[in-house]
Amino acid sequence: MATATANINFFQARKGLFSWIFSVDHKRIGLLYLYSLMTFFLVGVTLGLLMRYELLNPGKDLVEAQTYNQIFTLHGVIMIFLFIIPSIPAVFGNFFLPIMLGTDDVSFPRLNLLSWWIYIIGAIMALSTLVFGDGPADTGWTFYAPYSVNTTTNVSMSVLAAFVLGFSSILTGLNFIVTIHRLRTPGMTFLKMPLFAWSLYATSWIQLLATPIIGITLLMIVAERALGVGLFDPSIGGDPILYQHLFWIYSHPAVYIMALPAFGVISELLPTFSQRTIFGYKAIAFSSLAIAFVGYFIWGHHMFTSGMSGTARIIFSILTFFVAIPTAIKVFNWVATLYKGSINVQPPLLYALAFIFQFMIGGFTGLILGALATDIHLHDTYFVVGHFHYVMFGGTGFAFFGALHYWYPKIWGRMYNVKVANIAFTIFFIGFNMLYFPMLIAGLMGMPRRYYDYLPEFHLPNMISTYGSWVLAVGLLLMLGNLIAGFYKGKRGVGRNPWGGITLEWQTLSPPPVQNFDRMPEIPKNGPYDYENKPIIKE
Amino acid sequence: MEHATGFILPNSGHNRDAEASKMGMWLFLFTELLLFGGLFIVYMVYRLMNHDAFLLSSFELNVVMGTVNTIVLLVSSMTIAMSITAIQKGNSILSIKLLATTLILSLVFMIIKYFEWSSKIHHGLFPGMEYYGNLPKGEALFFFLYFFMTGLHALHIIIGAVLIAVVIYRTKKGEVHSENYTLTENAGLYWHLVDLIWIYLFPLFYLIH
Repeated sequence: MATATANINFFQARKGLFSWIFSVDHKRIGLLYLYSLMTFFLVGVTLGLLMRYELLNPGKDLVEAQTYNQIFTLHGVIMIFLFIIPSIPAVFGNFFLPIMLGTDDVSFPRLNLLSWWIYIIGAIMALSTLVFGDGPADTGWTFYAPYSVNTTTNVSMSVLAAFVLGFSSILTGLNFIVTIHRLRTPGMTFLKMPLFAWSLYATSWIQLLATPIIGITLLMIVAERALGVGLFDPSIGGDPILYQHLFWIYSHPAVYIMALPAFGVISELLPTFSQRTIFGYKAIAFSSLAIAFVGYFIWGHHMFTSGMSGTARIIFSILTFFVAIPTAIKVFNWVATLYKGSINVQPPLLYALAFIFQFMIGGFTGLILGALATDIHLHDTYFVVGHFHYVMFGGTGFAFFGALHYWYPKIWGRMYNVKVANIAFTIFFIGFNMLYFPMLIAGLMGMPRRYYDYLPEFHLPNMISTYGSWVLAVGLLLMLGNLIAGFYKGKRGVGRNPWGGITLEWQTLSPPPVQNFDRMPEIPKNGPYDYENKPIIKE
Repeated sequence: MEHATGFILPNSGHNRDAEASKMGMWLFLFTELLLFGGLFIVYMVYRLMNHDAFLLSSFELNVVMGTVNTIVLLVSSMTIAMSITAIQKGNSILSIKLLATTLILSLVFMIIKYFEWSSKIHHGLFPGMEYYGNLPKGEALFFFLYFFMTGLHALHIIIGAVLIAVVIYRTKKGEVHSENYTLTENAGLYWHLVDLIWIYLFPLFYLIH
């Protein structure tokens, strides 16, 4: 180790494009993910805005029905596979997991770089359908058979892209599990780990154990299309319900790949901004594992109207309700953490509070969909679309941006304009609820999803929703603009611990040096959120 | 930059950690099991739905060749296990010899597989061929799954063989030795998995009654 360079931060260490795209430094890989994810996110947002514009009025506004089908499929594929599945683990997990554990990298740094490259290859494959073949898939992101077998659009490439992206996800998960087992700093037992690490641990297990199933299922779709084998298409001897089972065996647990890391982020934000020990540390930690476990056995609730036996439907419905228990445990603990705390209202906390509010709407609408009788009425309506976006965007998306605002000074060593961030948050929050709440109402009224046209009686909710999408876009642009401006002009010298956090990343320099720490990190005596015995951090 | 310089963390991700490598390999093997697990589910469902057709098609397969291949793989699993013991005891040359034997056996497996496959393809049983297209649905499914699953397995054999070749090369260069033989162990773990999957594929396709 070169002693003189110990305090040079990881941005300064090496320069040039190649020092980034071939870097094995987990911090740089985290940022590579951040920049690529945000690019794809903006593409996805643009597609979403196009869809909302088309739905402003009944009849055709902008695009043809077929184009609309392709837009919503590409929107789904990009947002699910390129943005929300990797989002928090790949960006903040990569950047902060090793620092929070008090080590200098993940267990397999080169594998980590490989997973970013695989991600990029998968992304290029997914986007190549725009240019090559007979246009992007028009099946919806679920690729339901037999339509995905029969359509002439470029389903095979989209499906292969999802397969490749799955590999990237598996490798990241594998890396995190081994890192958590092997690289915790001396004295940090499992029950002294930050909750963000716990949530990544649970997430990684799902990534590892669920993703291969979708991989092989998607390969079967490709084989069926290429060779005309009757796997899932009933007209040549296949079983389309079997496809749905195989698809949701992965894709339901995948919902928790998206949500659990967000829970971890919220569990970090709340103690920091209320300066109080998290309420029910063990309950939050173990409920993550409980969600991961129960999440495996409830995929059938996506298929209540697909023609399963009544017994199977009742069992899946009951099991679905079980997931609400660990999730509610988390929400109660978060709220209890705030109680009597010394609350410091900063942008990251606002995102966390919005998360709790929106995630509760998402969660409760989820129970309505999990109940058999109501699901029959609401299946494949806009209610599902509203529910899903409340959970994924209102939940994980807000947690992602909360995390970005929270760790921003640590990553770049600068501070964004807090006032602008608060304004941007407010617009974003209003826009979000304007965009998605009317969908719940339109769904209750019976508006089916995935149609490019609708009956005149659904006009009002659709209009509000589309206006909301514009408000949301303004808020998003203002937020990103503020963050980018802070990147160039933000106040320097934020110090090691601008928010008064207690986890180990706040004990090192901002930005962190190449090997993460310039001195041995000190872990609090009684667990990771022991604010009463908070280690004193010298600058 | 006024802080103490030259600080080095005790537990670095860049340290050599045999335990971590092995744990990583085990986790990877879980994902492999689940990859094939999805196929086993599909096999099970379609076999229950097309019981007689699966039985009928299975008679087309050559049990003798399948049995020989099973024995070849089992022996190769043994030789690679022996090569790990050899390197543990510091006998690099013996380890290389045993690894080379494993490599040759994997080649034998692939050659037998080649003859099996080409005789099926000769009969037009490969998905997409004309004769295949006229098969009853159940039999078509059987042969698709046969080619898909044994094909995926053969791909794993090839990857495993490349991995073993790398181990031989690095043992020769002296990078793998009695103090550092995780690579050999991991190659062994992978090879046992490939063997294990075949142990299930063989009865499911060749030996059903």
